Amino acid sequence: MWIAIAAISMTFAALTSAMVVRGSAAPDWRHFRLPPILYFNTVVLLASSAVLEAGRRRIAAHLVRATLGLGLLFVAGQVVAWRQLAAQGLFLATSASSAFFYVLTALHGLHVLGGLGGLGYVLRRLGRLAGPAPVTALGAATLYWHFMDGLWLYLLALLALRV
Amino acid sequence: MSQTQAHHHAPPKGFLRTHVFSLDHKVIGKQYLDLALVAVCTGMVLSWLMRLHLAWPETPIPGLEKLSPNGAAGGVITPEYYLSLMTMHGTIMVFFVLTTAPFAGFGNYFLPIQVGAEDMAFPRINMTSFWVTLVAFLVLVAAFFVGDGPPLSGWTAYAPLSAVGKDAGPGQGVGQTLWAVSITLFCVAQLLGALNFITTTLDLRTKGMSLARMPYSTWAWFITSVIGLIAFAVLMPACILLILDRVAGTSFFIPAGLVISDRLQPHAGGSPLLWQHLFWFFGHPEVYIAILPGFGIISHILPVFARKPLLGPRVMIACLVAIAFLSYTVWGHHMFLSGMNPFSATLFSVPTLVITIPATIVTLLWIGTIYGAKLRFTTPALFCLGFVSVFVSGGISGFFLAQPSIDTYLHGTYFVVGHFHFVMGVAAMFGIFAATYFWAPKMFGRMMSETLGKWHFWLTFIGVYCVFMPMHYLGLAGNVRRYSAFTDDYLKPMIPLHRFITIAALFTGAAQLIFLFNLIRSRFRGPKAPDNPWEATSLEWSTTSPPPFDNFGGRPPIVERGPNEYGGARGADYLMQAAAAAPASAR
Repeated sequence: MWIAIAAISMTFAALTSAMVVRGSAAPDWRHFRLPPILYFNTVVLLASSAVLEAGRRRIAAHLVRATLGLGLLFVAGQVVAWRQLAAQGLFLATSASSAFFYVLTALHGLHVLGGLGGLGYVLRRLGRLAGPAPVTALGAATLYWHFMDGLWLYLLALLALRV
Repeated sequence: MSQTQAHHHAPPKGFLRTHVFSLDHKVIGKQYLDLALVAVCTGMVLSWLMRLHLAWPETPIPGLEKLSPNGAAGGVITPEYYLSLMTMHGTIMVFFVLTTAPFAGFGNYFLPIQVGAEDMAFPRINMTSFWVTLVAFLVLVAAFFVGDGPPLSGWTAYAPLSAVGKDAGPGQGVGQTLWAVSITLFCVAQLLGALNFITTTLDLRTKGMSLARMPYSTWAWFITSVIGLIAFAVLMPACILLILDRVAGTSFFIPAGLVISDRLQPHAGGSPLLWQHLFWFFGHPEVYIAILPGFGIISHILPVFARKPLLGPRVMIACLVAIAFLSYTVWGHHMFLSGMNPFSATLFSVPTLVITIPATIVTLLWIGTIYGAKLRFTTPALFCLGFVSVFVSGGISGFFLAQPSIDTYLHGTYFVVGHFHFVMGVAAMFGIFAATYFWAPKMFGRMMSETLGKWHFWLTFIGVYCVFMPMHYLGLAGNVRRYSAFTDDYLKPMIPLHRFITIAALFTGAAQLIFLFNLIRSRFRGPKAPDNPWEATSLEWSTTSPPPFDNFGGRPPIVERGPNEYGGARGADYLMQAAAAAPASAR
């Protein structure tokens, strides 16, 4: 899992450097205010991480299920943020800053959806009566989820500072 | 002998599960190799078409009009179609041959066996990576059959030409989009593959197989995976941005006020140089993704036929690690002419010269290994020697190109074509050939013909020198690359040499039919291979030929020593890594 995290970090590092290069001395870089719902989404994601950590320690299926719900809520919140931006007339192709906003949030969102898939898989195995509890899978999913958290905090800071 | 109870894992049943959607790393490895074989034949035919056109630009090539009515009306290749052929040749060869065969193919088959594992760490992910690679290949080849044909912006797909769409020329519409989608998919596949390789190496080594005891091929695949993990993770988002520029109207790589084909492009503010930086940050490490498995394979095979331990095994691994690290600091040497700051050129030139130091040490270690040895001149051994030869020939021209002032003159010429074909293309191919002749007995349970193998080696060896050596002279004489015909007065005297190269290329290509024939015939008719035909030490030779479904029949080997015990080490000619098969006199 650490190796996957290294690869994903590298992808976002590449995009960050692209953003810095593209942002410097660009006449079409339009600054805009981030939709406030992003901060609400951040709280939701942080809460989901805390819930999942508790779920991992107790190997409790209902807590994993709660994480799944909060994760879905986060993704829905991100979609709302996109709609709000679109309502302001800021689309993917409007300006470089909005383009990076959409690309970064979409890629992060996709990775979160991947994490939700992983949690779904863990839940299915937790639901099985026979066999040992999937401790390793749950641990890996939790680590990944925390990483999604950290990555989002980083992206939020980056977006807040640069766009 | 291991006292553990044998628990044999039953292989799956049914044709689909065993041969098509197999989870077995050995089947997946062979699938990768078959894909690479199809790809290399495609890529070679494309190079023939280019060479024929360069030598006889007016002569129609029969049948070509059917493939592309616009690109080759009457069988004569247009300049645009020439660029399309070049783009597809480069893309297919670099991604689907030089990455797929030595790394994904042989790595998949032998890495788990060499560390004593039953399979890869994540068999399902492994299967997924192969199928995504196959889809990526099909998407790329589909570009031949759409709209205006394949893209023409080179395997490097430089923006803005690759980003603006149809206005940039035939093939820059759907064809270029297919290219970008294909490479994105390929990146995903290779990232999953690298994840698997690294995890397998770190977590699934059998008892006694410490990192220091791993064979050099395993080390090379492991290090290559680490490079790939970082490199493909950068190319993937770059390709996504390129696709967005093409289909979603963004301006990541397209500057403002750009006029192409008399039309103002509706984009603003993008940076074409950004694409080059992102591409080459992947592109240079990619060179090492292609060649490091070859380094590992040669270091693995050479001692077997020299009957001597590899000289400086720890130095070898240190050099591989150093090359991997340095490969990330040199990407700018592809961009000396891009208009970037000249001071950056100096900055990139220094590590480029520094990276030749570990590469030279590696070469000297190989030469030191065969020095004074009684070589067994088998086909794989010959290809190892050939590898060293072409690698040195291609590497030496790298010293020149590393210096910005010289590169300014040579960068756009055939000198570079000769350089990278030798050092990356031919050398990696020789690694693949050595690996095929060496491991075919293990993979198919049959020996390949030595006579045919030697014919194949000598014809290929002479052939590649005839093809690529003259290119250095052409380059020094100022012969520009990427031109589809040489009509300028100063270029006309070079045409006879180009004809010689073309004939040599056709001849060398024809010599590969010997290899194909040998490969296919030995699969069915070759003499049965013993378990350890070459008297080698590593774990793949401790099991049957071909290995059972779970590699060791439920008895994981216990490793007692490194792979380097040849030539009188502790009184025996060689000592196997796993104790079970070691000669009794060795104790």
